[in-house]
Amino acid sequence: MRYDRQIKLDVVGISGQEKLRNASVLVVGVGGLGCPAAQYLAGAGIGKIGLMDHDKVSITNLHRQVLYDEFDIGKPKALVAKEKLQRVNSEIKIVAIEEGLTIDNAVTLFDQYDLILDGTDNFETKYLINDACILTEKPWIYASVYKNEGQLSVFNFQDGPTYRCLFPKTTRQNVSCEATGVLGVTPGILGMLQAAEVMKLILGAGEVLSGKLKLVNILTGGDQILKLQPKPEEIEKIRKQGIIPVRIDCEVKDAHKTYLDVREEFEQPKVNSENVIHIPLGSLQERLSEIPNQEEVLVFCQSGIRSRKAIEMLQKDFGFQNLKNVEGGIETIIDG
Amino acid sequence: MKVNIKYFGMIAETANRSEEVLEVAPGLSAKELKDQQIRKYQISDPDAVQLAVNQNLNSEVELKEGDEVAFLPPFAGG
Repeated sequence: MRYDRQIKLDVVGISGQEKLRNASVLVVGVGGLGCPAAQYLAGAGIGKIGLMDHDKVSITNLHRQVLYDEFDIGKPKALVAKEKLQRVNSEIKIVAIEEGLTIDNAVTLFDQYDLILDGTDNFETKYLINDACILTEKPWIYASVYKNEGQLSVFNFQDGPTYRCLFPKTTRQNVSCEATGVLGVTPGILGMLQAAEVMKLILGAGEVLSGKLKLVNILTGGDQILKLQPKPEEIEKIRKQGIIPVRIDCEVKDAHKTYLDVREEFEQPKVNSENVIHIPLGSLQERLSEIPNQEEVLVFCQSGIRSRKAIEMLQKDFGFQNLKNVEGGIETIIDG
Repeated sequence: MKVNIKYFGMIAETANRSEEVLEVAPGLSAKELKDQQIRKYQISDPDAVQLAVNQNLNSEVELKEGDEVAFLPPFAGG
C-alpha cells in the first residue's frame, strides 16, 4: 500500500497516517521553499493541501522551484503545482489559490487549515502570516533564505514565540533570491526542513522547533540553533489591534529633484514617489523617450554601480549630458 | 577579556568576515558591543539586527570572558 514505508516507522504507524489524512496545511508561496515542501506533504498523504501563489512560472524559477518544467512557463504556479502534485497523490484534496495573501483574505483562509507553511519571499507577507496566525491561533512554519544561509523556526505554537518576538523591527533591506542569487538547493533544503516540522507537528513526534531558530549555512555546513523567548507584548499587541500592516515601500527625501531608478521591478525597497522614473537598466535603450534630457536627473540603483553604467551608456551612445549618479545607492536618498 | 563574535547574512558581508575574536572592556554589555560593532562596520538598519549571547536571542546581559555573540539580521528570501 501507498504509505507502507512510513507507516513502518514507530512515529507514524496506522494512527499517525490517520492523523496525516485528517490534517490540512496551507502553503503560502509555491516557490523555492514551497515546491519541495508541498511535494513531500503530498507524498506523505496530508489530507488537504492549499497551494497559494499569485505568480506565474518563469524560466529563472526552474533551477530551484522543482515542481515546474519548461512546458509550464507563463502558467500560474498554483495551478501547475496542483496538477503535478495531484498526479503524485490523487487521494488527497489539493486546493489551488491563484492570489496573493492580503489583509482581507488571510484570516478567512487560515481558518480553513491546521498549519500554515511560509514559502514567501518578502517581509510584508511574513508579518502578515504572523499576525493572521496569532488571530486564528495557528502555528506556522517559517523559513527565509539569504544567499547561502537559511533561517527556520515554528512560530505561534503552544504559547511559544512569534516572528515579531524574533524581529520586532523590520528592515527595508529585503533582498530576494532573484536579486542576490541563490543555489537551488538552499531553499530546497529549507523547504524540506519545513515539511519535516509539519510532519512532527501533525504526528506529535520529536521536538518541534518552537522557541528555537535554526540557522543553516550551505557552504560551511555549520548549523546552529539559537533559543528564543516569547515577547508577550508583541503577541498581545496583535490580539488587541489585529493585523498591523508592514510596508517596505518608501519615498525619496527630495520631492523637487528628478530621479531615474534603474533597478529591476522586484527590487526592494520600492520607491513610490511621483518624481521617480522607473526603467530597469536592460530596458533603457528601448525607453529613451521617457528620460528627460534637459533638467538634471539623478540616477540610482541599489549600490551606485549599475546607475554609473547606465549613465556611461546614456552619455556615450545617446548624448545625455544631464545625468548624475547617486554614489551611495538608494539608501542615501530615501526617507528614514 | 575576549569574546567570540559571529556575523550572519548581509552583516557578514558588510563586515567582510563571518567571525572574529575581540578584546573588549570587562563589563561591556551586549547592547554596547552591538553599538560598537555597528559603528565600526557601518552596519545599516541597526534596529532590525538581533543579538544572541551564548545562543540565547534577545538577551541583554553583561558579557563575560569567552562569550559567543551572534549578530543576526532579518532576511526574507525564498
